[in-house]
Parts: sequence; structure tokens; C-alpha cells
Amino acid sequence: MGISIQHLLGLDGISREDITLMLDTADSFYEVLQREIKVVPTLRGKTVVNLFYEDSTRTRISFELAEKRLSASPLNFSVSNSSVNKGETLRDTIKNIEAMKIDMVVVRHSCAGVPYFLTQCTDAVIVNAGDGLHEHPTQALLDMMTIRQKLGRLEGLKVAIIGDIFHSRVARSNAWGMSTMGMKVVLCGPPTLLPQHYESLGVPMTDDLNEAIDGADVVMMLRLQRERQASGAFPTIREYRNRYCFDLEKLFSLPENVLVMHPGPINRGIELASDVADGNNSVILQQVTNGVAVRMAVLYLLGGGENG
Amino acid sequence: MKKIELLMDKHGLDLALTRITHQVLERNRDFSTFGVVGMQTRGVFLAQRITKRINEIENCTLESGILDTTLYRDDYKMAFRQPHVKVTSIPFDINGMNILLVDDVLYTGRTVRAALDALMDFGRPKTIQLAVLIDRGNHELPIRADYVGKKITTLSNQVVSLKVTEKDDEDSLWLMELEKGE
Repeated sequence: MGISIQHLLGLDGISREDITLMLDTADSFYEVLQREIKVVPTLRGKTVVNLFYEDSTRTRISFELAEKRLSASPLNFSVSNSSVNKGETLRDTIKNIEAMKIDMVVVRHSCAGVPYFLTQCTDAVIVNAGDGLHEHPTQALLDMMTIRQKLGRLEGLKVAIIGDIFHSRVARSNAWGMSTMGMKVVLCGPPTLLPQHYESLGVPMTDDLNEAIDGADVVMMLRLQRERQASGAFPTIREYRNRYCFDLEKLFSLPENVLVMHPGPINRGIELASDVADGNNSVILQQVTNGVAVRMAVLYLLGGGENG
Repeated sequence: MKKIELLMDKHGLDLALTRITHQVLERNRDFSTFGVVGMQTRGVFLAQRITKRINEIENCTLESGILDTTLYRDDYKMAFRQPHVKVTSIPFDINGMNILLVDDVLYTGRTVRAALDALMDFGRPKTIQLAVLIDRGNHELPIRADYVGKKITTLSNQVVSLKVTEKDDEDSLWLMELEKGE
């Protein structure tokens, strides 16, 4: 009993037992979120720093709410109004924040590996809120929590993850986590955005959307990261939409209870049609609700102990 | 752990719960505003049994709930491995209700303290009464039970272990002793 990891850097290498424990605990916190008073005193006296070197709405608010609802004290740090602009290094920044006696750090950074680097220069517990093209573990956990909540299980379900796989840390964390949980993951996107290394993990890939969604229990659309398309991986947004937009016609080709997911923010009409995003199969807002529960669970499970 | 003494067998457990039920009936008149909340894990089953007895005698259907106090514990900072958060379910409005809180063992009183805090977050009950199957002494907080199945004196290296058929396939209450290194 109890979680076997000290930090949450990614889902790569995390055991099935640990993932199950995080999801079970998140279910318990989901109950707390249904109460009139949504706050429990569990992390009273703990200080959690939200170190966001990259823009974020959902993840940041979600972590901050999770911290407040556990009675921890959140401290928000954003690069735009900090000494990072004066040239302070990441190591110095974290050392200075640590000197003010903090317990946990939630970090988002555009460079892969920053959360791991931080574990090497501080004693605080590190939680990865997205690092470069690497991982976004709490997103994958909330995705799995949502699937389990709606379909009752994970084992054996087929998930099609569609879009810009190359730039997606969400796809990467989900590919690791869902495979560990016995789910069948298929990745789909333009061939130029399908990194070949996934094949060595035993995750099948295709550039044909219809092939990917065939027999799928869950369709997860990824945001087309327009800010990262300078390399010209596909000719035009219009062509991308023609081949990879998940619309009503595609939805109707699938069983009635298929789940449609999206990590947000949605490019409406590009990767996901509006009537599907707002339709009965969409669990996108449930994902957001579950995000708070999952983050409470992660902070709770990692936040105990005398040494932070 | 080794067994020291059988405190209650199935018959003893039945008698104790029946007695507690009747004491509850004596002290309370109006069961339309009465709810029973069992504390995780074994208290839940005791609460169900008491609820069933009251329902049969009073010919009513009491509100019942389940409470897990993990998130309200005061030893969170001391534990290295976090205890598993179990289900809490209070499916009725506790405002103005008379609540019977049921647990298996009263020891330090810290779990009950946590339970009181947790219940208050759900609303403002009119009264909260506490029923425990066994009060083993050594209270660390000024908390006592309103209904006690059995009262004993124990040592700190001893453990009181309840088994219920719903979960463990037998009804028994044992006094156990921790062996060296446990």
C-alpha cells in the first residue's frame, strides 16, 4: 500500500499498481468535489509552488484549485514578471524559491527533462505539469480516470489518439500509461508528424483516420499546435482538416457509446467539429472536472512525509 | 501478531449490537430526523447492522452514510506512505439531523476527532452521538462514546481486531499482541 514514487515526472516506467492507486484516490477526491464544502484540511501547512515557464490556462488553474482544496498554500510563479527576464538560471531560481521553505513544485517548461533536472537540485517533491515534447502525466491520468468513470474499465479498450503526435506530450504520456494499463493505443496523424520511435514501443501508427477509429472505444483528438508548425509538416490547415477533422459523419460510423476526448484548448473546426465537441459523446468538460480530482490525488499521495 | 483473548464471538457481537440498538432507541424519540454514519472500514458494517435493527423495531427506513476520515487525520505529516483514501458517501442532508456515528474501536480518540471535523463539512447536524463496539482506553483527546459494546484496558503493544462476516467471513473480536519487530 502507498505509492512507490517520490516525484511524478512522467508515466514512463510507472507501475500499474501506482497508476491504479492514483486513479482510485482521484475517484475519492471526485466525491469531495461534489460536496458543498469542497475543501479538506489534508495538506494544511504545505507550500506548493506553481512554476510555469509556459502558458497554460487549464492545467495551471486546475493545479491551483487542487492545492487550495487540499488546504495547501499555492505560490504562483510566471516567467513574464520574474527575474528570469533578468537572466537568472533555472537552477538559481529553484534554489532561491527552495530557500523560502517550500514543499512541492509543480513545473511546466518548454524543455523536456526540466522536472528531472529540478529533482537533482532541490529536496522538494516535483510534479511535472508538461515538459517540452516529453510528458504531461496528470493529463494522461485524468484521461484514464474519465474513461474508467464512463466505461467502467480500462483493460482491453481501444483508444485512437489523433493529431500532431510528434509535438504532443499528451500522446506520449497516454501511450505509456494506457499501455501499462492494458489498453490498445493507436496513434494517427500526418506521416510527417508520426515519430517512428513509437513503433519500438509496440504502439501501432497509421496516417488513415478511418483505420485508426475503426473499433475504437475512445477517440482522443489532439490540438493542432499551430505555433509549432513552422517546419511545414503538412501543406495547409485546410488539407489537415480535410483528412483529420473528426466530424459528425465519422462519429456516426462508430458505436453509440464511443467517447470523444480532447485535452484542450480546441481548434474548433480544425481537428474537431463543433457539433461533435458539444455533442453527447463528448466528455471534454468531464475531463476538466476530473483534472482537479487527479491533481488532488497526486499532490496528496506525494505530499506526505517529514521531508516533504 | 498473536492472539491473546477472544473478546467477543458471533453471539457476543450480536448481543452487544442489540444492546446498543436498544440504548439508542431509549435515548432517541424521533427517527424521522435520525441518520446512521459508519466509519470506514469495519464501522460501516456495524452501522448497517444497527440500522437494520432500528428499522425493524421502529418500522422505518433510516438514512445511512459512510465516512472515511483519512483526509482529516492529524498524522498526515508523519506518515511516509499515504494511507489509501476510501469511499465517503453521505447521500442525505445532515443539517438538523441527529447523527449516530459508528466505529469499531475507540482508542486515542483521534479518528473520532477527524470524523467530527469531516461531518461538520457536510453541514450542521443537531446532535452527533457516538457508538463503538469496544472502548480500549488510553484516550489522548477528551472524547468519549455514548454507547459502548465493551470496555477494556489495553497496552500500547496490543491491537483490537474486529472481523465481520460481510468482509472477513467470520464474526469475531480479538485482542492481539504485536510481536517484536512488527
